[in-house]
Amino acid sequence: MFDISPTEWTAILLSLRVAIIATLVATPFGIALAWLLARHNFWGKSILDALVHLPLVLPPVVTGYLLLLTFGRRGMVGAWLADNLGIVFAFRWTGAALACGVMSFPLLVRPIRLSIEAIDRRLEQASSTLGAAPWQVFVTVTLPLALPGILAGMVLGFAKAIGEFGATITFVSNIPGETQTISSAIYSLIQTPDGDRAAGRLVLISIVIAMGALIASEWFARRATQRLHGN
Amino acid sequence: MLRVEVTKQLGEFSLEASFTSEGRVTGLFGASGAGKSSLINMIAGLLRPDRGVITLDGETLDDTSTGAHVPPHRRRIGYVFQDARLFPHLTVRQNLDYGRRMNRLTEDPAQHARITDLLDIGGLLDRRPGKLSGGERQRVALGRALLSKPRLLLLDEPLGSLDEGRKVEILPYLIRLRDEGIPMVYVSHDAAELRQLATQIVMLRNGRVTALGGVKVLTGSTPA
Repeated sequence: MFDISPTEWTAILLSLRVAIIATLVATPFGIALAWLLARHNFWGKSILDALVHLPLVLPPVVTGYLLLLTFGRRGMVGAWLADNLGIVFAFRWTGAALACGVMSFPLLVRPIRLSIEAIDRRLEQASSTLGAAPWQVFVTVTLPLALPGILAGMVLGFAKAIGEFGATITFVSNIPGETQTISSAIYSLIQTPDGDRAAGRLVLISIVIAMGALIASEWFARRATQRLHGN
Repeated sequence: MLRVEVTKQLGEFSLEASFTSEGRVTGLFGASGAGKSSLINMIAGLLRPDRGVITLDGETLDDTSTGAHVPPHRRRIGYVFQDARLFPHLTVRQNLDYGRRMNRLTEDPAQHARITDLLDIGGLLDRRPGKLSGGERQRVALGRALLSKPRLLLLDEPLGSLDEGRKVEILPYLIRLRDEGIPMVYVSHDAAELRQLATQIVMLRNGRVTALGGVKVLTGSTPA
């Protein structure tokens, strides 16, 4: 049962790489957006909020198709990036990472936003009376107090990214070694006459990764509470 | 010298206060809701007056006629809050060191030792705020504000969240601080407390200054 074939390994490693890169690149944007949504009122805030959550409710195939239209070789952004910066997303693993990043973004932002909202703003006031400029308040008080939420968001986002299927396969297809993640490998295997055992192995690995991520996320959330109570 | 001449509308409540203080410890006296905290927050720069002027030792901190407003982090005014507001993610030592780091002051071990001795907090340095008693927290908050080397120290009911026993524990430290000579604005609704500490009183009622002068203005007054 546990003879993992080279193709399966490739899919597992690719999934990990795609999910890790997607999470790391999305996190700074996630923090900035969470902070904006938690702390500021501006025109169009509810629209921005809805936009962030859109990938959660849209059919993944729609998100994937929109990515293809935008970031594909002939897409507005995709063509520009390819011509000017040499960055190509279409049918590359980078495109899989982009799709996973977009799909997991709502899950990444939410815990960060909640943890920033939970911070006692009077601590930030105290920090400013001690001579901290606004950016120093953010770095020395806001960020450290939000850190458990940031980690929880990263773990959840990672778990979502590693399981992403619909948008990825629509945007960058299912090319072994380039864009075939665990999910798309399972999809291919269950359509193959004797792919059941291999599919079963990958299913099991998916469950282990997802469970691990959920447990880790829960642990970070508990740490967050402790931290805010100063223990 | 501190000069305050401000008006501020906060919902239904209007604050209109002016006073000048040369006293070492200016006591802001009044019942809760009299506007003491709003006034002290304006001196700290956390709240901006609708109209008016605040100057400290000749420097303009706020002047609404010119739009001048020095942000709190550039005022060099220390603030001890009623609820201490220690940073929960930092140890006592890091809390104490915070103001020095933010103001990029050089380390001053002698000053550090003097203040930790003065406040008897040398034994708490490696603890987290969550593991301190209310009185210990308030002493650390005092030390933290002092170590940022402020030119004025604001204290907003620093004994307010403590029970009687703890108040008796902190009061001697406050008297020591006063005798150190650092100018303070001390907010309280407790006349007895101010009689022991203040050198000058500003009495507030419903957002207006009703009396100014030495501690004798407290005589017979109730904070109603």
